[in-house]
Amino acid sequence: MEETLIEEGETNKDIEVAPALIAVHPTQKSVAVAVGSDLRVFDFQGVSAVSLVDDTSGPFHKDSIRAIRYSADGNLFVSAGDDKVVKIWSTESWCCICTVPSEKRVSAVALSNDSLYVCFADKFGVVWVVDLDGFDGNQMLVNKKAAPLLAHYCSIITSLEFSPDGRFVISADRDFKIRVTVFPKKPLDGAHEIQSFCLGHTEFVSCLDFVFTSDYPQGFLVSGSGDSTVRLWDISSGSLLDTCEVGAKAELLESNGKEEECSLAITDLCTFPDGTLIAVATQSLQGIVLLSCDLSTRTLSITRVVSIMGEAFIPTSLGMSSSAGLLWMVTGVSNLHRFDNPPLARVRIVSGFEKSSPGDPTVLEDNEILGGDKLLEKLQGSVSVEEKVFLAAAEAVKTAMSNLLVKKQYSTEKREFRKRARNDRKIKQ
Amino acid sequence: MLENEANPTLSKSTGLPRKRFYRARAHSNPLSDSHFPVPTSPCHVDFSLHYPQFCSSSDQIDSSKKIQFADIGCGFGGLLISLSTLFPDTLMIGMELRDKVTEYVKERILALRVANPGQYQNISVVRTNSMKYIPNYFEKGQLSKMFFLFPDPHFKEKNHRRRVISTHLLDEYAYALGVGGIIYTITDVEELGDWMKACLESHPMFEALTEEELEADPVVKLLSSATEESQKVARNGGQTFQAVYRRIMPAA
Repeated sequence: MEETLIEEGETNKDIEVAPALIAVHPTQKSVAVAVGSDLRVFDFQGVSAVSLVDDTSGPFHKDSIRAIRYSADGNLFVSAGDDKVVKIWSTESWCCICTVPSEKRVSAVALSNDSLYVCFADKFGVVWVVDLDGFDGNQMLVNKKAAPLLAHYCSIITSLEFSPDGRFVISADRDFKIRVTVFPKKPLDGAHEIQSFCLGHTEFVSCLDFVFTSDYPQGFLVSGSGDSTVRLWDISSGSLLDTCEVGAKAELLESNGKEEECSLAITDLCTFPDGTLIAVATQSLQGIVLLSCDLSTRTLSITRVVSIMGEAFIPTSLGMSSSAGLLWMVTGVSNLHRFDNPPLARVRIVSGFEKSSPGDPTVLEDNEILGGDKLLEKLQGSVSVEEKVFLAAAEAVKTAMSNLLVKKQYSTEKREFRKRARNDRKIKQ
Repeated sequence: MLENEANPTLSKSTGLPRKRFYRARAHSNPLSDSHFPVPTSPCHVDFSLHYPQFCSSSDQIDSSKKIQFADIGCGFGGLLISLSTLFPDTLMIGMELRDKVTEYVKERILALRVANPGQYQNISVVRTNSMKYIPNYFEKGQLSKMFFLFPDPHFKEKNHRRRVISTHLLDEYAYALGVGGIIYTITDVEELGDWMKACLESHPMFEALTEEELEADPVVKLLSSATEESQKVARNGGQTFQAVYRRIMPAA
């Protein structure tokens, strides 16, 4: 038994991989994909690949990128990850204006709605804040230091989000918890006033987003979790409004054949700007589940499943611009070294969500994509990508996610066994 | 007391559990993943198991009665037992991370209830990591008193994040405490006393009690006399350092 324990420890390093991420500019001026330490940006205005400029202390990322995000106004872009730096880019010049060091690996980032503050969370549960006050769009910011904002007690923070009205910052962790904190006027002094805790998930919380419309400007929080549900919350009270068993639906689709999975974690979710649709990516599901949210009755329901035909594509991240009505999906993984270098990713787009033309959502073929081969070559790493790469990638991401976030369960015997090896305690026979 | 004869862990004369059968290590790692059940949210906690008498007679008493005092790291439960008779109508709970110690307190309360009918019905204990799961047990503003008596000092700087009082954890305690609620801390380690005082002093949601208020509060006297740990300090003629602060509305 001892041997197996050691083995687990050794293999851990190999399977510690990061999923590919995607982020779309709010008005779809550009789109960014992060795979491993590679950050790839495609600009739609010039219809060309962007080459990033980074003259700050350590250029570019040295390890897997774990979080990318555009600011609400689209002028800034933030990337961060396992190399313990947060990079803030200007989307005008794609120049890195600031590199902020972090003590620990970074697991999530968010920008305040007024783009004055960048928040990032580390793997030890501390959320930090950097102020961008005085940044006029061109100059570089040097020696920016982050100040601690709040902390979850030694838990990995999986997602960070600002409420639509900017009053609250929401943080989710692997201990099933979502914390809603009042975002203070002077964030550098810390955020001490907790508005509520949203408790109800029974596994790690993996993703957060807000649904809001002009009728409900304060919006409602939606969260996805390892317990394979998507839940709807009222953040001011922390009350659970509705629970949608997305995993059960995905399992039904997948059950035509293979082994039975106990529960499929929600990997990412993405709300649509009109506030009623939510796209959900699930482990092992080749496609996405669309949920609709009824804000007047505060309920969630599954509208349909958009399957991806002819290709084994399990999205690892979703992105959406607030204007164009296109849903971007990516799948890929940081370092499956046996396959490729540089790492490959696969991008697909779903269209047909416009309210004006109520057609069925369809997955665009590669030749229908704006930017065409140029875009695919930049974002994917190559125009065509072998399918088996992605099945392996999805599998690797799934194992990595459960290793990182799911609590290890040891049987009583195993725990007793481990205790026996302790030298400060003798078991009387 | 027939059962006691079969159960050697209970003292024959008093019916109380004997500590020697509940030996535990003095420290526990609050960072390790927990393997005990944790309620999903405060409404998932079944308090009728903890306070059977209060819940069965809930017709007369306010049925929405909630726990108001929490003793974080209650140890062997000395404070709870003193408070129980001082505030007989207030529900209070001890939270302890060490499994065996929790078992001891559980047995002790049950034995006290048997020995003193009608008394000690308002106290109970749970095994949990209060640094992680306070919000799983208490709603916002539910508590009126929180106790942190003789916490683990964690001297090494790299272990300071294991201390039960820290600026970030005070945010959570401020969430669980209602406005006007009081947080009591005491230690025999000067360094930790300074640390706890500094954390509370700099926190925008806490203010120190005045000397007169401390004088008038009957609970303050218990801090240095009621718990097993404080009695040990007194026996050895040690010094104690206390910090008592009130939860306030932060200045807007």
